[in-house]
Amino acid sequence: MPRKEAKMNKMQIVLSGILKNNPTFVLVLGMCPTLGTTTSAINGMGMGVATMAVLIMSNLVISLIKNFIPDKVRIPAFIVVIASFVTIIQMLMQAYVPSLYAALGVFIPLIVVNCIILGRAEAFASKNGPIDSILDGVGIGLGFTLALTAIGAVREVLGSGAIFGYSLGIADYMPLVFVLAPGAFFVLGYMMVLFNKLAKK
Amino acid sequence: MKSTLFNMVAVLFTITLIASAGVGAVNMLTEDAIAEAKALATKEAVANVLPAFDNNEQSEQMIDDMPIKVYKAVKGNDVVGYAVESMTKNGFGGVIRLMVGFSPEGEILNVNVLEQAETPGLGTKMCDEGNALLSSIKGKNSGDVEFKVKKDGGELDALTAATISSRAYYDAVARAREAYWVACGGKASADGVSGATSTNKGSDAQKGGENE
Amino acid sequence: MELSYFAIIIGAIFVNNVVLAQFLGICPFLGVSSKVDTSLGMGAAVTFVMALTSIVAWAIQTYILVPLHIEYMQTIVFILVIAALVQMVEIILKKISPSLYQALGIFLPLITTNCAVLGVAILMIQKEFNLLQSFAYSVSTAIGFAVALVIFAGIRERLELDGVPAALKGIPIALITAAILAMAFMGFSGLV
Repeated sequence: MPRKEAKMNKMQIVLSGILKNNPTFVLVLGMCPTLGTTTSAINGMGMGVATMAVLIMSNLVISLIKNFIPDKVRIPAFIVVIASFVTIIQMLMQAYVPSLYAALGVFIPLIVVNCIILGRAEAFASKNGPIDSILDGVGIGLGFTLALTAIGAVREVLGSGAIFGYSLGIADYMPLVFVLAPGAFFVLGYMMVLFNKLAKK
Repeated sequence: MKSTLFNMVAVLFTITLIASAGVGAVNMLTEDAIAEAKALATKEAVANVLPAFDNNEQSEQMIDDMPIKVYKAVKGNDVVGYAVESMTKNGFGGVIRLMVGFSPEGEILNVNVLEQAETPGLGTKMCDEGNALLSSIKGKNSGDVEFKVKKDGGELDALTAATISSRAYYDAVARAREAYWVACGGKASADGVSGATSTNKGSDAQKGGENE
Repeated sequence: MELSYFAIIIGAIFVNNVVLAQFLGICPFLGVSSKVDTSLGMGAAVTFVMALTSIVAWAIQTYILVPLHIEYMQTIVFILVIAALVQMVEIILKKISPSLYQALGIFLPLITTNCAVLGVAILMIQKEFNLLQSFAYSVSTAIGFAVALVIFAGIRERLELDGVPAALKGIPIALITAAILAMAFMGFSGLV
């Protein structure tokens, strides 16, 4: 029985990142990429996955080295670790998915200052073991990716009449404003309301 | 761990060292792949603005302090066209890079925007198929075109509410034409270009290629 | 013909407003914008740091990263520079002008993670601006940030007094307000 309970706990770490502690709708962190890259479902998903990769790696490394870092230089040390992983992701994307890299633009290097990553390093990885930290990264990363993909999908359908790049043939009747700046704020605001309503039930 | 000065410096130094080593290593691993991806993108862009070819020669010129690359496409023994990778710094979002295809006779075959950071929904229309900018110069002989939007007294269409982006686009195309003239040995040798325009040095978009 | 300073400045403040069109610096935009006074303080602190960052980051890019061919280290170097700069400003301000420190001090630590600062540093390099252009671009972007923040705070102060449906309270209504504000700012897009 205790073993099963422990397993549940691991499951809970992942699930809490997706629902109870959803970084976008509940914690309201990482708003810049959320608004800036969700012009289409694919872009939102790409951004989510890139962030998740950095988050998992930085969570893992920080939980491994947490005991060797003097308390006062904790934050700079975390930033160096995060920035290195961001740079690595940046180079990998440039090499293997150049068009996605071009579409996400400046928001890839800006993963460094995404509050989600530093926030999880500080709140979770610096207090927990490596396995739990990875799971936390997976959970929060998935929560972020799902939120971004959903927002991207809604904006793509409403704004350009397509989904994941497949045209629904209704582009001419759709208000372009949803892929522009105001649409980002609008869709995020109302989706947050919807999420909170559903999550409370 | 306690925060003594020695500790802090040593730990930060070690972390930075390991991190930079890691990043450097990944850079070495991906450097070739990045270069390859870029080369592939260029190749596709060249193919997009020119008729089929089997070989191309590459040369580079500096115009207004900007590197402009010219790809001379050859099929068999004939030159089938020139693709010019041109740029401008006057875009609304800074740099715009585009690939312009010229036939050996100087006709503008196609333009492909490679890189831009214009306002979404306005300036970004320059990337769309058959947009106002492209259709007002496509198929024209480059020697006959004055790269000026109507607002500035020219004849070319601009994108709605994106005059700066439109001017920048034509600026880059004008620079491409200049490089093309240099590459094919001066405009005189480009067949079909009327001599009447040869007095223009065409140093920028505003002056380049007056209509007779 | 270089892009005129006028176009850079007007573009950065109004047309491509850093918050409402480019989505940088959203966290402080939503977090610190409930009062006009604090918004002004935050705006001033960001302007100060951005102006400094633009010069330092431009110099590092031009004289260190490019000659050594390590442009790929840009992200790491810039974030460390910004963090160090913010620390330095905090220390110097404390010594030289305690009153200014009183006013701006609490905002300074927040700026390190303000993605507008890093974003602008990266963008100005990407746009291949020279030193003066970079400086003009950074300062006007920061002014655009302050303008958006102060307008938004003004709206939110009034919103507090109105009856907002329970489900929309807090962040959602702020986002919807921002959407309307962004729409208003889109009106500037034909300006230049």
